[in-house]
Amino acid sequence: MARAAVPGRLSWRVGRLAEARQETPTARTLVLDVPGWPGHLPGQHVDVRLTAEDGYSAQRSYSLAAPAEGGRVELTVQSVPEGEVSAYLTGVYSTGDPVELRGPVGGWFVWRPAGTQPVLLVAGGSGIVPLMAMIRSRRAAGSRVPFRLIYSVRTPGDVYYADELRRRARDDAGLDVTFVYTRAVPEGWPHPPRRIGVTVVNTNGWPPALTPDCYVCGPTGFVETVADILVALGHDPRRVRTERFGPTGG
Amino acid sequence: MPEQLDLGPHLDGNALAGPLREIFAVDVTAATSRCAACGQAGALAGLHVYASAPGMVARCPSCEEVVLRMVRTPDAAWLDLRGAVALRIPM
Repeated sequence: MARAAVPGRLSWRVGRLAEARQETPTARTLVLDVPGWPGHLPGQHVDVRLTAEDGYSAQRSYSLAAPAEGGRVELTVQSVPEGEVSAYLTGVYSTGDPVELRGPVGGWFVWRPAGTQPVLLVAGGSGIVPLMAMIRSRRAAGSRVPFRLIYSVRTPGDVYYADELRRRARDDAGLDVTFVYTRAVPEGWPHPPRRIGVTVVNTNGWPPALTPDCYVCGPTGFVETVADILVALGHDPRRVRTERFGPTGG
Repeated sequence: MPEQLDLGPHLDGNALAGPLREIFAVDVTAATSRCAACGQAGALAGLHVYASAPGMVARCPSCEEVVLRMVRTPDAAWLDLRGAVALRIPM
């Protein structure tokens, strides 16, 4: 729907696929060229709209995975069973193809690189995407704020950005990364598969006395569990920011 | 609202960011709203959002009463803020 852009209000833009990277067998990172992109904060997302020739259109929200580089933005899309939008974006969508998007949107689940509080990031599955944007932005901004990431996945093969996370955990001073595997663990791992619980959050997070900013992102049940644990451990609920990836996505 | 009422899975108010930015010039999901039913105050982003209804229905995370409803038609947006006493919008 072409409509003159109103300054300050959100309008649809057309982006084109510049390159793509396969993160796991079912997740794909899309690097899009979006002329006139206004920039964004880590944690913000975009709405993506696909329109078929018969006029049928479907819309989904995706988190931005990295800081913007000029008009270049990155999304990581998880293919969900019977998800019409994600199936297209992770499958047939090819270099040079257009897609409509609007954003950035969301002003609450964001980390500002000028922030000074320690940060705890807790990701469940594809919930890593906006948190990875924060990790990447921290380094890009030269921030020294200490970050801890707890990343829960089913198996080692489900880890997004695996090589980069390994490298950053080694090279980004002040970044700690902890993995929780719920179905299968790497060889030699000290624990059997387990779900995230009080012990993991208490051991690998920050003490509430440091008043860290906590960001929790993942499926609804995961987010509720972790947010409850953080509050029970004594974290101020106002410092626990959550984003749920629902079953309605796709 | 009885607790045993099963409303099914929900998203959260972050999902309202795009639809509301179509109407408002600033992000409203970071605004604090106070629930008209129970008085709980919190970020709009923290509301429970049910998107499988026609449009989006946002409920208070504390009492599950409807705070906000939004329906987008091809030529209009319907915004019903029945359950919010007030919004405090950071500027």
